[in-house]
Amino acid sequence: MAPATKALYKQVFPVKSDLESAGKVSTEVRRILRSLGVEPEVVRRAGIVCFEGEMNIALYTKGGRIILIVRDDRVELLFSDRGPGIADIDLVKQPGYSTAPDWARELGFGAGMGIPNMEANSDRFVMYSRVGVGTVIRATIFRRCHETCGGNRAPGT
Amino acid sequence: MKLAEVIERLGLEVLVPGDLERRVRWGFCSDLLSDVLAHAQEGDLWITHQRHLNVVAVAKLKGVAGVVCVRGLHPSQEVLAKARKEGVTVLASAEDAFEVAGKLYGLLSP
Repeated sequence: MAPATKALYKQVFPVKSDLESAGKVSTEVRRILRSLGVEPEVVRRAGIVCFEGEMNIALYTKGGRIILIVRDDRVELLFSDRGPGIADIDLVKQPGYSTAPDWARELGFGAGMGIPNMEANSDRFVMYSRVGVGTVIRATIFRRCHETCGGNRAPGT
Repeated sequence: MKLAEVIERLGLEVLVPGDLERRVRWGFCSDLLSDVLAHAQEGDLWITHQRHLNVVAVAKLKGVAGVVCVRGLHPSQEVLAKARKEGVTVLASAEDAFEVAGKLYGLLSP
């Protein structure tokens, strides 16, 4: 695997712990990627990854941030939050598992597909968490096809 | 079939007109946003009970042909304003999801 190419663009977006402004970062990320001439399929996948990550930060954490890095060969989205952290990462990667409260489920969140959707739309997906500290995710979407390109299969397809 | 024709045949109310000349590929019924993100296809008409701001974001992310709010539920002016800004078509029906989906299936199935 060749080392990552130089960053062409980088921006940090704070994400608050409420649903009022949720969705704004993913809208902005898509706008930026399109204006940089990133391939439409990459914009589409990055938009979904960003939206799901943004919703997770807004719904389940004390707040955090998303960093967008655009490189010649890839788009990276780095998510980090200030906790509470996830005890069992394998469990949250399972489709259908959710800790969403009832009020969030009534709004159509908590399907237990957020993290599986993020993983399915990324070519590389790395997640670390420590209870009491927070969670970090690095999602990478490649812009050119090579052996690792194509992403994972979407859940249920 | 064009969205304008679907609207006419189903008697849908147009709350926000986006691109009414678009072709409707198929329909998708879900109130779970992640389910829509994972499984809806571009050009689908999304039938739902959800009517908050994130519906517009999901509709835009997936490139659905439009959103149909069923059972007489209408989104707030704030949501409609966002849809207008994003160019997302928002439609409404007094009928329930089953009836709207059934009629749409009748129109679109080969």
